[in-house]
Amino acid sequence: MDKVAVHTSVMARPAASAARSRRLQGFVLQSPAIVLLLVWSVVPLLMTLWYSVRNYNLVDPTQQGFAGINNYWYLLTDPDFMTSLENTAILVGGVLAISVGLGTLLAVLYNEEFAGRGIARILVISPFFIMPTVAALLWKNLMLHPIYGVYSAMMRAVGLTPVDWLSRYPLATLVMIVAWEWLPFAVLILLTAIQSLDTEQKEAARMDGAGMVAQFINITLPHLSRAITVVIMIETIFLLTVFAEISVTTAGGPGVASTNLAFLIYSRALLQFDVGGASAGGVVAIVVANVVAAFLLRAVARNLET
Amino acid sequence: MATVELRNLRKTYLHEEIIKGVSLVIAEREFIVFVGPSGCGKSTLLRMIAGLEDISAGDLLIDGQRVNDTEPARRGLAMVFQSYALYPHMNVYRNMEFSLRLAGMPEAERRQRIGDVARILQLDPYLDHKPGQLSGGQRQRVAIGRAIVRNPRVFLFDEPLSNLDAALRGQMRVELASLHRRLGATTIYVTHDQVEAMTMADRIVVLNKGVVEQIGTPLELYHRPRNLFVARFMGSPPMNLLPVTINAQIPEGSVQVRTETLSVSIPTQQTGLEAGAPATLGIRPEHIRIDPQGAVQGVIEISERLGAVTLLHVRLPDGQMIVVQTGGDNADRADTPIRMTFEEEHCHLFDADGMALARSTDHPLLAGA
Repeated sequence: MDKVAVHTSVMARPAASAARSRRLQGFVLQSPAIVLLLVWSVVPLLMTLWYSVRNYNLVDPTQQGFAGINNYWYLLTDPDFMTSLENTAILVGGVLAISVGLGTLLAVLYNEEFAGRGIARILVISPFFIMPTVAALLWKNLMLHPIYGVYSAMMRAVGLTPVDWLSRYPLATLVMIVAWEWLPFAVLILLTAIQSLDTEQKEAARMDGAGMVAQFINITLPHLSRAITVVIMIETIFLLTVFAEISVTTAGGPGVASTNLAFLIYSRALLQFDVGGASAGGVVAIVVANVVAAFLLRAVARNLET
Repeated sequence: MATVELRNLRKTYLHEEIIKGVSLVIAEREFIVFVGPSGCGKSTLLRMIAGLEDISAGDLLIDGQRVNDTEPARRGLAMVFQSYALYPHMNVYRNMEFSLRLAGMPEAERRQRIGDVARILQLDPYLDHKPGQLSGGQRQRVAIGRAIVRNPRVFLFDEPLSNLDAALRGQMRVELASLHRRLGATTIYVTHDQVEAMTMADRIVVLNKGVVEQIGTPLELYHRPRNLFVARFMGSPPMNLLPVTINAQIPEGSVQVRTETLSVSIPTQQTGLEAGAPATLGIRPEHIRIDPQGAVQGVIEISERLGAVTLLHVRLPDGQMIVVQTGGDNADRADTPIRMTFEEEHCHLFDADGMALARSTDHPLLAGA
């Protein structure tokens, strides 16, 4: 507002104090954002750390006090915890493999000219706009339900016995549902990347004697490598925290067959009301996420060089 | 090395015919240049020969064999693209190795051959570099090297120098010409740059809207353009063209033409043109002589001094502009009147359809051609 006035007063003072006042000004102007960040991220983090070393169970308020590493000890020795880590890894890895693998092939396909390509592109991208709870419900009730589901009807039509997918193969079915949600994202990113491929390069490869497969391996895939790394990184961040799909379809079951780390923490805190144990789980989740992020960032940084 | 024959090649996109029947026989070791304005179909024609575009009708023969339906890689051709189209994630060595590897050549032989080519093109120090680390001229050389290692029967070049700056273009032009002399490979070269066409070609094919306007040696095209299009297209600054009226046919092989203000007799064979018929007089800027006793007068509007030569833009009394090329030491200034003589033995005459009328005398360099 008083830009001119501030400017002249700054000019009038000696250089050192002018610089200091400039810094102060910047600090003051930045502080609202910084304070917000503190309140929204650092405070919850500190509170999680604090609760994770406390005895704090909502069902039994009499049990209080410092727990030391007991919460962590119970968590890490709990067989459910190891299962949930495995499930998380399978979920992330499976969805990544399907969405990136199939996504690359679809991107190559949708880059070719064919009748109705525009409509096909919209159709392949549309699942991305369906929110996770709705998508999971659609699959659970509309498609895979053993009695009313479309697949069950199809199986009965050819004389097969319908499979109760979510109780027989809970984790695999979840991988399928989440991959269905994330495939559009991979296709979208990889399709735009593939469109920037110089057609003369493909023609040069063709003249060099490269067939379709050789062109794909030697020209298209290297061109897509950066985009693929970006897709893997972004998807991993979101896939580590998959929750809605599990909650809506299997609620982590049967048993803990489809419980991932995020759902384990949720069940500790809000089904067993063990705030201390859940907080310990939260801290472990932060560590896991950071380890993964460190590896990913290093891989990405190497790939984005040159 | 190989011969290439085009028999009435046609290309149709949807309903539009892009190439309207091109026939051409290219001899062994010949350097053929396709020139023409953008959109004339020269690149499409090259891509049809390469196999990157389907041939709608006609036959393409390489060494006498019909290759219309042969895969590009099996035609024994190598192509250098305008954008070079190097593989960005492979180093120079791998770029050149790619086709050999796909062809299943043994490792030792590949190494040997790439080493030889790299030496010819002075690429040895850069074999480990990625294309992104090379300058434009070096990338160009890699693209050429990638074509040479395959030992093709025919080289195809698609405007290979158009991405280089003027100095480098001149240098690469000389390098390409000497490379062609050394390898003796049949070469088809597409360009819109007539200097490249004139300097490198054994024969030039002038294309316009999918039709061949003229095929001939550079000097044939320059001194004996078959029609107005070729006359306008070849030569820089372009030929002066003036609308004239046939005045009279003089029996001993020349025609007198006139405008309101000038009158010229042009050595031309018997044409059968009647007096009063419209025609076009063509004369190149270097064939107009500044002559104080000259019959043609005008006023200098602009003089462009290029150092070695000076280009005078002269307005004739009837308002027509012509360009006169004269020596670099010409001192004439703008807005001064000037008298000129058209060298009659160098004048061209085109009939109302734009076709050149056969001349009764010929350029000394073309005698016997």
